Amino acid sequence: MAITFNIPGPLREHTGGRSHVDIEPGAATVAEALAALCREHPGLRDRILNERGEVREHVNIFVGEESIRYCGGCSAPVKDGAAITLVPAVSGGRM
Amino acid sequence: METTTFINPKKGTAVLLVGTMKGAFLLSSDANREQWAVSGPHFPGRIVYSLAYDRRAGRQRLWAGSSNFFGIMLHSSDDFGRTWTNPESSPIKFPEDTGQALKQIWQIAVGREQEPDKMYCGVEPAALFESNDAGQTWSLDRGLFNHPHRPQWQPGGGGLCLHTIILDPNNTKRTLVAVSAAGVYRTDNGGDSWQARNQGLTAEFLPNKYPEFGQCVHKIDRHPSRPERLYLQNHGGLFRSDDAGDSWQDIANGVPSDFGFSMVAHPHDPDTAYIFPLDREMRSGLDAKVRVYRTRNAGASWEPLGTGMPQHNVYETVLRDGMATDALDPVGIYFGTRSGKLYGSRDEGENWRPILDGVPAITCVKAVTV
Repeated sequence: MAITFNIPGPLREHTGGRSHVDIEPGAATVAEALAALCREHPGLRDRILNERGEVREHVNIFVGEESIRYCGGCSAPVKDGAAITLVPAVSGGRM
Repeated sequence: METTTFINPKKGTAVLLVGTMKGAFLLSSDANREQWAVSGPHFPGRIVYSLAYDRRAGRQRLWAGSSNFFGIMLHSSDDFGRTWTNPESSPIKFPEDTGQALKQIWQIAVGREQEPDKMYCGVEPAALFESNDAGQTWSLDRGLFNHPHRPQWQPGGGGLCLHTIILDPNNTKRTLVAVSAAGVYRTDNGGDSWQARNQGLTAEFLPNKYPEFGQCVHKIDRHPSRPERLYLQNHGGLFRSDDAGDSWQDIANGVPSDFGFSMVAHPHDPDTAYIFPLDREMRSGLDAKVRVYRTRNAGASWEPLGTGMPQHNVYETVLRDGMATDALDPVGIYFGTRSGKLYGSRDEGENWRPILDGVPAITCVKAVTV
C-alpha cells in the first residue's frame, strides 16, 4: 500500500493543490518518505527542511498519531500504508 | 488615503515599500506626496524584514525577503507587486560545510550602478551573500564568514544578524557591513578579506568599552554623494565617520537619549541626518511623544521634530530599518512603528502626517524613486 502524506493548506501550491499525496511503498523511515515526496514535489523540500536537512522548528510531522519528535525524528520508522501528516506548529503569541 | 489592490506609479514619483510582521504594503503617490495609494498585504501572514528596488539596467524590480513556519524565501516582482516569484527552492542557502541554516533575510542591497547584475543580502546567522546574476543565484562571502572574530560574535536581541550593507558607489571593491552584536566590518578588496572598523565606537555593555569588535551597531547610513561620510546609531551612542569607517566621532550632542535603532542621512545635504531616539527602558519615543530628531550640522546639535504627530501618552517604537527618505525635493521622510503606523513628512521633517494606521507591526520602510 502507498504511503499517504497529508499536506497543510499553505503548502498545497507546491502539490498542485492536492491535500493528499501518495508515494510508492517501500520507504522505511520518515526521511526516505520525505525524500520520495520531495522528488515528486520539489517545492516542498525547502519548506519542510532547512539546508542542514533538519525539520524546520515550527513544522511538526506525525506518523499516524505519533509526533516524530518523540520517536526518532526523521529516522522514525514508516510502514507501507502509513499516513504522514505535516502540521505547522501551534506557536501562537507572536505579533 | 486611497486603498487599491495594486499600485501603478508614474515615472519620477516616490514609492514606499513597507514590511511588516504579517506581510508587505506598497504605496505610491504623485510628486506632491499628499495622497497615497496602497496595495497589500503582499505575502499575507509572512514576516517581511527586507525590501528593495532595483532600477538598474532598465528594470523596475521589487525584492522582498519573507519568512514563516515554512522557511525563508526571496521574492521579486517586475510589475509592482501584481505578481511575485515564489521559487521552488530557496536561492539563498548556507553551504553544507558551514553547518549553518538560514534564519532570516535582514537586508537586500542592489549593487552599484556600474555593476547592474550585482546584489547583496545580509542574513541571520550573520553572513553576507552575493549575486552576480541579478539575484538568480547567490553565494556566501567566505571572506567574512571565515573571519577569525566570528566565533566570538554574540547575538543582539534580534539575533546574530548582518543588517546593514553600505556600498561605496565609486569603489567597487569597498563595502561596509554592520552586524549585531559584532560591529562594523569593511572590505577593500571585494570581499576577500574584512577588517573591523570600530575605532571610537563604544560597547557600553562590555567591561572594555572600546573593544576591537563586539559593538552592537543598530544602523548605519551614508551620504550618497559623499560616501566617506557615515552616520551610525549604536546601542547607546550616535557616531559619524568622515573616513569611511576608519574612525568614528561621538555626535550625541544634546540629544535626550542616544539610544535608538534607526538612522538615515539626508539624500542631498551631507550635514543633515535623522534619528528616532528611544527611552532605554521602554524602547519607545521619549516622554511618551512621537518625535524625530534632526541634525543639520553633522551632529553638532539636534532638534526635535514632532509637528503633526501625537505628543501625549504614546509609546511608539521605530526599528532599525523603520525610517527612510525619498530623493525628491523637498525631501520626504517616512517612518513606521511597531504599532502599525506610518508617518510621513514632505518638507524635510517640519510637518508630519499619518499615512497608514492599523497595519501589522512595521519592520522596514524603504522609499524609492521609480
